[in-house]
Amino acid sequence: MTPTLNLWLIPILPLAGAAINGFFGKKSSRTAVSTIALVFCGAAFVWALSVAWRFSSLPLPHQEYLAHWIRSGSFVADFAFYLDPLSLVMLLVVTGVGFLIHIYSVGYMWDDPGYYRFFSYLNLFMFFMLTLVLANNYLVMFIGWEGVGLASYLLIGFWFTKDSAASAGKKAFIVNRIGDFGFLIGLFLLIQHFGSLNFTQVFDGVTHLTHGAGTETLLTTIGILLMVGACGKSAQIPLYVWLPDAMEGPTPVSALIHAATMVTAGVYMVARSHVIFERAPLALTVVAIIGTLTALFAATIGITQTDIKKVLAYSTVSQLGYMFMACGVGAFSAGIFHLMTHAFFKGLLFLGAGSVIHAVGGEQDMRKMGGLRSYIPWTFLTMGTATLAIAGIPPFAGFFSKDEILWKAYQQNWVYWLIGVITAFITSFYMFRLLFMTFWGDYHGIQVDKHGHRHAAHGHDGHGHGEPHESPMVMLVPLIILALLSVVGGLVGIGNRFEHFLAPVFSSGEVAKAAGETASRGIELLLMGVSVAVALLGAWLAYVLYVSKPYLPQKVADSFGSFYGAVLNKYYVDELYATLFVKPLVDGSTRILWQGVDRKVIDDSINDAADGARHVSDNVRHMQSGNLRSYAGWIAAGSAVVIAYMIWLGVGR
Amino acid sequence: MVPLSYYLVLSGILFACGVTGFLIKRNIITIFMSIELMLNGVNLSFVAFAAHWHAIGGELRGIVPLSGQVFVFFVMVVAAAEAAVGLAIIIAVYRTRETLNVDQVNLLKL
Repeated sequence: MTPTLNLWLIPILPLAGAAINGFFGKKSSRTAVSTIALVFCGAAFVWALSVAWRFSSLPLPHQEYLAHWIRSGSFVADFAFYLDPLSLVMLLVVTGVGFLIHIYSVGYMWDDPGYYRFFSYLNLFMFFMLTLVLANNYLVMFIGWEGVGLASYLLIGFWFTKDSAASAGKKAFIVNRIGDFGFLIGLFLLIQHFGSLNFTQVFDGVTHLTHGAGTETLLTTIGILLMVGACGKSAQIPLYVWLPDAMEGPTPVSALIHAATMVTAGVYMVARSHVIFERAPLALTVVAIIGTLTALFAATIGITQTDIKKVLAYSTVSQLGYMFMACGVGAFSAGIFHLMTHAFFKGLLFLGAGSVIHAVGGEQDMRKMGGLRSYIPWTFLTMGTATLAIAGIPPFAGFFSKDEILWKAYQQNWVYWLIGVITAFITSFYMFRLLFMTFWGDYHGIQVDKHGHRHAAHGHDGHGHGEPHESPMVMLVPLIILALLSVVGGLVGIGNRFEHFLAPVFSSGEVAKAAGETASRGIELLLMGVSVAVALLGAWLAYVLYVSKPYLPQKVADSFGSFYGAVLNKYYVDELYATLFVKPLVDGSTRILWQGVDRKVIDDSINDAADGARHVSDNVRHMQSGNLRSYAGWIAAGSAVVIAYMIWLGVGR
Repeated sequence: MVPLSYYLVLSGILFACGVTGFLIKRNIITIFMSIELMLNGVNLSFVAFAAHWHAIGGELRGIVPLSGQVFVFFVMVVAAAEAAVGLAIIIAVYRTRETLNVDQVNLLKL
């Protein structure tokens, strides 16, 4: 008998917090709201820690059953939880980073009128995200999957009175639906062929399938469909367009949902389904190619963005591409490793960006910042750490995970590695560009006006401030903790410890592993040197362009001409989608569905029916003449007909 | 013995006379009399059937004895009550409208 860990408590606690704040938060004080949110979220974190504490003594995978859900014939999908090293890592990342961001939000959102609403949504998000990572079957996972989408929608559109925020929320939701469509079809195929959505049963079924063309086609189809779902949730080409727009939400939301946790759900799902992908090499290749392309593509867009959060958004897309690249070359544990370190440093970058935005009074344009080093030293220090981490400078966390991925990619195919290294160079460049534009040079921002607050003309996060000033402690502490994690988080990967920890999950054989042992240590060190070199090169280039010779970027931009324009406009992908999909859809809906079907068919048929009824009743009305004898006549005639019919019946028999 | 069909034909003729009178007459009193005629036509068929069933030993086959005759009494009682109420209404109508022509009693018409 395995000990029960009451895993259900972990998701339920934030749900309780969300419910309390959602129902009663409006009337409570801010202190009460934040206390409830923090206590419930923190309790989930503590419980997750205690689970981790007892983890080593558990037989794996540890499954816990909570309640019936669907039992239809032989198909069973219960509310049950699944704990193995993979979900434990996700659990700790989600609750830990989530808790830190909750703390940060207390300071960041303090002046917002929707304070209670924000924390209610944030807790709700935690509930769904934890359901997602703890589910023991795809259907419960799908609840979490859709639920985080809902929470993401609510939080992107948190300032729903602003038109752009409302449409960004809708965009995120709709683009995610496209991915979910693929995910759902994949699930249907799983039900059809394996009769179950339970991880253990499906993976057993997959493992025991006979080899053959049919099997491979099936698994490839399922794998690609699952990848479509992952593309939507994790913002990969071609469905990444929603993530940059999602920056309309409050910055802690960007940190928690659109960088650290929710967007990694796709990576988690692909890693969780590794059994399927390993039997479907083509699907894996698709994953790798999509990941690699996204990494490069998004990184190049990141170079030209001037909105501090947009840079980070494209950076997130690019880093997610790395994770998919890792999964695609079969190095699932490297992908999850990067997922974890990315959660630390990208969460930190976003929180730091929030702190910067807070300091300069809601400004997000980096051209209007600069020289903030002396005003907000703590933010600068922590963000600097995160920048070093994401750029892959040793010994920060990003170095270990990114290098692991690049090494595994190299073993699979040097093309992946090359693109990965180029991306690493670009990443380092745009991240240092962000750092230099924000913290070096002179302050270009708006100074305090006489009344001590600026007009929120550009303001996304409308805080009123004068001189840039450091954020309160409640915001700095999470920054510092995350900075520490960004420094040491990578150390767990030394000597492949992280990989060994996850080995029970991926033990069915990482594709690249066999090759890995044969490749020499020398090459690994060489590649490591190359990636560090390109990272430093990127940093140096950024220094030259944005610190020592600040007049140069414009010249460089001019020399690239139309290409620069294309990158600046994000390769016109939004416009392309608008022309290719949105406009035909809107036109088709207007002309065919609205003017055609709705107006001509539905409305007209109803109007005609009403007109017909009026005509008929206009005529029938005259029967009600008030003439007593005519009534009697109708009665007599009616009974005569009835009697005739009855006689006819009697005679006919 | 007079056959059953004779009574039924007579009953039918009486009923038809009642219907016709009801439909073509305009005087309320006459219409009232037509109604009585219809009722009595029906009464005649009731007693005719009752006698017929009695004659062929219907009691042995579960027919309740005298049920036809009892129904006739019911009809008569109801008719008497109806006459009492109806005549009272007719008097009231006549007092207010000063006519017994139903075509002119059309206050409820729109």
